[in-house]
Amino acid sequence: MKGLNRISNPYGDDKVIDACSLFGMMNLKGKRFSSRDPVEAIANMHDRGNGLGGGFAIYGLYPEYKDYYALHIMYLDQDVKEKTERFLSKSFDVVFDEEMPTREAKVHDPPILWRYFVQPNKLKPKKQSTDDYVAEKVMRINMKTGKAFVFSSGKDMGVFKGVGFPEDIAEYFCLEEYSGYIWICHGRFPTNTPGWWGGAHPFSILEWTIIHNGELSSYGANRRYLEMHGYKCTMQTDTEVIAYAFDFLMRKQGFPIEIVSKILAPLFWSEIDSLDADSEQKRLLAALRQTYGGLLLNGPFSIIAAHHGEMIGLTDRIKLRPLIAGMKGDFFYLSSEESAIRLVSPTLDKVWTPRGGEPIVGRLETRSVIEILA
Amino acid sequence: MKSYLLPEYMVERDHNRCIRCKACISQCTYGAHYYDEEEDMVLSKDEKCVNCQRCVVFCPTHAITIKNNPNSYRENANWTHEVITAIKKQAETGGIILTGMGCDKPYFTYWDRLLLNASQVTNPSIDPIREPMELRTYLGAKPDRLRIDVEEGDYILKTKLAPQLCIETPILFSAISYGSTSIRVHESLARAASEYGTLWNTGEGGLARRLYKYGEHTIVQVASGRFGVHPEYLNISAAIEIKIGQGAKPGIGGHLPGEKVSEEISRTRMIPVGTDAISSAPQHDIYSIEDLAQLIYALKEATDYAKPIFVKIAAVHNSAAIASGIVRAGADVIVLDGIRGGTGAAPRIIRDNVGIPIEMAIASVDQRLREEGIRNRVSIIAAGGIKSSADVVKAIALGADAVYIATAALVAMGCTVCQKCYTGKCPWGIATTDPWISKRLNPDVASKRLMNLLKAWSMEIKEMMGGMGINAIESLRGNREHLRAVGLTETELRILGVKAAGE
Repeated sequence: MKGLNRISNPYGDDKVIDACSLFGMMNLKGKRFSSRDPVEAIANMHDRGNGLGGGFAIYGLYPEYKDYYALHIMYLDQDVKEKTERFLSKSFDVVFDEEMPTREAKVHDPPILWRYFVQPNKLKPKKQSTDDYVAEKVMRINMKTGKAFVFSSGKDMGVFKGVGFPEDIAEYFCLEEYSGYIWICHGRFPTNTPGWWGGAHPFSILEWTIIHNGELSSYGANRRYLEMHGYKCTMQTDTEVIAYAFDFLMRKQGFPIEIVSKILAPLFWSEIDSLDADSEQKRLLAALRQTYGGLLLNGPFSIIAAHHGEMIGLTDRIKLRPLIAGMKGDFFYLSSEESAIRLVSPTLDKVWTPRGGEPIVGRLETRSVIEILA
Repeated sequence: MKSYLLPEYMVERDHNRCIRCKACISQCTYGAHYYDEEEDMVLSKDEKCVNCQRCVVFCPTHAITIKNNPNSYRENANWTHEVITAIKKQAETGGIILTGMGCDKPYFTYWDRLLLNASQVTNPSIDPIREPMELRTYLGAKPDRLRIDVEEGDYILKTKLAPQLCIETPILFSAISYGSTSIRVHESLARAASEYGTLWNTGEGGLARRLYKYGEHTIVQVASGRFGVHPEYLNISAAIEIKIGQGAKPGIGGHLPGEKVSEEISRTRMIPVGTDAISSAPQHDIYSIEDLAQLIYALKEATDYAKPIFVKIAAVHNSAAIASGIVRAGADVIVLDGIRGGTGAAPRIIRDNVGIPIEMAIASVDQRLREEGIRNRVSIIAAGGIKSSADVVKAIALGADAVYIATAALVAMGCTVCQKCYTGKCPWGIATTDPWISKRLNPDVASKRLMNLLKAWSMEIKEMMGGMGINAIESLRGNREHLRAVGLTETELRILGVKAAGE
């Protein structure tokens, strides 16, 4: 038999795949679990990334410091570390800090990685909430030098990310040492922004984290809307605005995800028009679009967002990127591909494909998954 | 005094083609054509021709060609033909040179230096014929935040929004007054706007009663002359526009000659027949921002807070600061009218030298209002020199909510931008109130042509948005990432907030 060894691509380059991989796993009873399943699942979607970014966010990570903001900071040189630490000690009471434990792995050019457990000190203005104070300081550090980036700033949670495939990032950060009740994981195939450590997902502000597959064609509009509300976009990527949008809508405006999803991926006007003219729902949906139109996320995306107690999946309203949900016992899964869920949980109680623009929420206190239908 | 002016145009007639039907003679309102019985020939007086192309279009045998007069003065980069002609004209008349339409100089157009984006590979473009594509826009003040309560598991909106105007395309018809044009122009605009689901604007000459039925789609203007302003006029409207200035003639008023003030116009404008209608340069009850606030709230009181109040200003050097004041004075919509904005009559020297390009005004006003955190409290309408659907997309990407078009609407109805609107003899039956000439404009046809224009531009906007991977216009608004510039300086790029092509 001739030609058996022939490969179809004679140029030796790998086939071009444009995608990122998303995986999220949550124990709805809040039981913490290890890195084994999440890392295995995200590694299974290796081909959706290109080794230029991988990352994880873990909730229930630091029970011993759960009342302190855990700042994970990357520094490009020693000098900026010293400068930033002077700023930190001026703004915060730092109860503990250490170099983040790492080991040799296939990662590219790692920065200096340090973590700090802090509380605002007495310089915090009385009127300002501690969250706002911390967020403001984080923004300031990220803006200041271009060489110091706070990539995680919540309590009892943390982000680990960098340039490499996600399984290598897990190896590098020794993630087998940690456990949590939510893990969200990302493998990146960067296109519009350079592959650098700060640009890997998840993006995070306070306890909010976001991983994202897609490209926001509304980025410029979203960014300018958020800038009007005091956010500074420093990470050179569109995903950052999603993290800030969640923070703005949920923390600052105080909306539940049911409302937030109708701002980020709203109904079409034709659907709103078809609702009963006098209905409360119609008035509400129209007002949300009118008022928060600058935060409509346009273009293809699937995202997994998390904060304490909730893991949320959402796609754009015409679903141009994949997202699959699955349930097994107390475990709730979200993934770019069903194969990744099946790998760690071959049998599932339920597996389904959410509709475009429809949020899927795993919520701790209700021990349930909520599908919100329009 | 013998005029030393050269005719601007030459009328050439192919006498082999001419059938002596005299259509050109009856069509020309300037008397440029005449019939010579002895010779049995139709002939022309070149000096009367304004190059409106009316006779050309209506000549059944295509016998007429209008050409620029090849005679000109000695070439000179400074003392151009236009400069010399203007001086001779003024030497002969001792007056200000009037003109119509917007600035015709090439040096203010940034639209043509801005290029739009499209999706490739990483982001699928969207086909508007097969997928939803939303142009609907709501004009009006938006609250800083919504209060939403949960009552028995339902989300209840507790915030009451200021009045919002729904338009199905981000294009409105700008102010064209009754008096500068005939009621047929108003009727055509009103019908097209109502049918398409957008708005038209009465201009400063009031609104004839028989058009009140289009009130839901009508913006009524309150200008310095206060012509035709009374409670009913305000209350039948969709919105009220306070006109402070106009892009074609910032800082000066208007003057409708008495001969244009016919019986019906006198009734509508509430002035005696045959008297000049003078719009003063400023509104004499607005000498500062606090006076504007008073007028805004007087109009809101008069209409029970049910109508958004627009404030229209000419784009001038410190528009950004003025706009901020206008927002704080309580306006719901700001209209910025750039230097290329049209007019029925303006001194040529003002039209071509006063104001700033609309692109710069949109960019700086939008940015300033965002920096002050009040951009949501007002909608921005850009006016003045919007020539195509691409200009609309670029205006919105720079930061406008919608655009006003007037010249483009007139062109759709027949106007050829000959710039002689101030003569009142518009051969296309538009910029005239002469009952005989204005009959040339049939509102059935003109409104259909306007509808077609709105439809065509809207479809093109959808195609451009789809190409960018955007399916709702709010994601285009202020989205300067979708613009790149060619051939601009660093300063221009900074003001526009746009990157250079290739960046």
